[in-house]
Amino acid sequence: MSYDVIIGLEVHVQLQTQTKIFCGCSTAFNPDQPNVQTCPVCLGLPGALPVLNRHAMRLAVKTALGLGCQIAKFTKWDRKQYFYPDLPKGYQISQYDLPFSFDGHVDVDTGSGEPRRVRILRAHLEEDAGKNVHDESGRGRDSQVDLNRAGTPLVEIVTQPDLRTAAEARTFLQAMHSLLTFLEVSDCNMQEGSLRCDANVNLHVHQPDGSKVATPIVEVKNINSFRFTEQAILHEVDRQWELFQKTGKTIKDAPKTTRGFDPDRGVTTPMREKEEAADYRYFPDPDLVPVTFTDADIEAIRSEMCETPVSRRARFLGEYQLSAYDADVILDQGRAVADYFETVAKGSGDPKQAANWVTQDVLRELKERRLTLDAFSINADVLMSLLKRVSDKQLTIKSAREVFLLLLEQAEEHAPSTVRIDAIIAEKGLALVQDTGAMETAIAAVLARNAKAVADFKSGKQAAVGALIGQVMKELKGADAAVVREKIIAALS
Amino acid sequence: MALPLDTVKKVAGLARLQLTDTEIEMFSQQLGGILDYVAMLDELDTSAVEPMVHAIELTNVLRDDVLAPSLPRADALQNAPKQDGRYFLVPAILEG
Repeated sequence: MSYDVIIGLEVHVQLQTQTKIFCGCSTAFNPDQPNVQTCPVCLGLPGALPVLNRHAMRLAVKTALGLGCQIAKFTKWDRKQYFYPDLPKGYQISQYDLPFSFDGHVDVDTGSGEPRRVRILRAHLEEDAGKNVHDESGRGRDSQVDLNRAGTPLVEIVTQPDLRTAAEARTFLQAMHSLLTFLEVSDCNMQEGSLRCDANVNLHVHQPDGSKVATPIVEVKNINSFRFTEQAILHEVDRQWELFQKTGKTIKDAPKTTRGFDPDRGVTTPMREKEEAADYRYFPDPDLVPVTFTDADIEAIRSEMCETPVSRRARFLGEYQLSAYDADVILDQGRAVADYFETVAKGSGDPKQAANWVTQDVLRELKERRLTLDAFSINADVLMSLLKRVSDKQLTIKSAREVFLLLLEQAEEHAPSTVRIDAIIAEKGLALVQDTGAMETAIAAVLARNAKAVADFKSGKQAAVGALIGQVMKELKGADAAVVREKIIAALS
Repeated sequence: MALPLDTVKKVAGLARLQLTDTEIEMFSQQLGGILDYVAMLDELDTSAVEPMVHAIELTNVLRDDVLAPSLPRADALQNAPKQDGRYFLVPAILEG
């Protein structure tokens, strides 16, 4: 017997606003100072009146447009009622039957040629809950509740069950991360819970007669890393398969259940039974009025959106002839690094070289210096100017690396600039020797001094040429080793 | 028509209300009466009437994303049945 794995994700994304969705409290991540970012609205005190944050709505629409969704012309707010200590009002303000967006799709590169199209069922806007801090001593002490996060704007993105492997789910989540950070709608900081997901998983088991039987659906809640998403699904698939072989239970025999993922043990464990949708007793929130959008509103938001990472990737492969690997390394770093690369690629006239420098030299220095790109002293124009000299054959790549490191070393005294590049080149005598006369004189002198190496080479010892090149390079400093090699071999044959 | 007792119990459970048998019986009658009253609407043909999504005919009330002062922590916590000066305290939540 074989089976297909069926996976749908619910992705929760915190939007990058200053204030909460329905009140003016800060959304800053502040776990060390619990309960200092609350007010009567987000505490659910009687008489408080929530008012929608315009920026949150705008970022939510941007998110949905990035997912290729339709935007509803009319959307409203509903109360989802349940009791949990992190939910001060006893209900969550969410969207039920009229979400602000629906029917989108994201194409995920599965590495097997054809991208996998993941349909987006809907994306709606809602408020986040607070955070419970549990007593870990095992003595059953009280749990602590921090409501700083309660009311943070959250977009919930619900996919159709279109993912087929744990690796695809991980890739989808990474694509989501890349898209949402590019659009600057969320910082997607997974440690801080800005991007988290629930995975709905079950199996379609092939029967001998060709039909398929589905196993009960399990929702794995609150996964907060790419790796855990993959591990949780892998474990869940194995578990369901074993269970099905043992019990034969299908989706008709058991309701949907909820499980959590324990990253330490790499297993999913049962959680409270999922309440039926009707048990949430959704109804329209009487405190909040509906929101409408005109075509012009939607177009205005669309017009301020940047290119998506997917389309940018295609352009990097086509326009700049980058390898898929290089394109991914650059895009994974986010929009700032991608912009930096494009400036260097366009201006230097050598995109491949620009990609090498950005993915190797620049990223290495950022990592070693624990910097983000905006704090990096060599800006795109300076690196572009440096690489332009390489493509114009004024500087060897080796010399360019030397200049690059000196620019960084001296950055405190002298801000890196094209003027500094010239100064370093002059100071170190790195200018590539274009004067072939000078090169030929140097070669002749070196050959005259090294009769033995010349004889060795002529008797067939190819390696002897290395020492000769080295000496010429020493005399000329800025010479291109490949040219020197060519000329020495020509002189000797 | 009285609401079935099981339905009253279920609704009460969802609202975390503990009702006595007498109360369940009473609410079964009262809630049934309310539903019967509302059911009078069924006598009307509403097939051509747009469903109403909200009682207020107002849309697009929004605020700018500007910080407003939050409550001091002591004020936020003061009505809690139990707190430790930093957090609200609730009986241990068992997960998993």
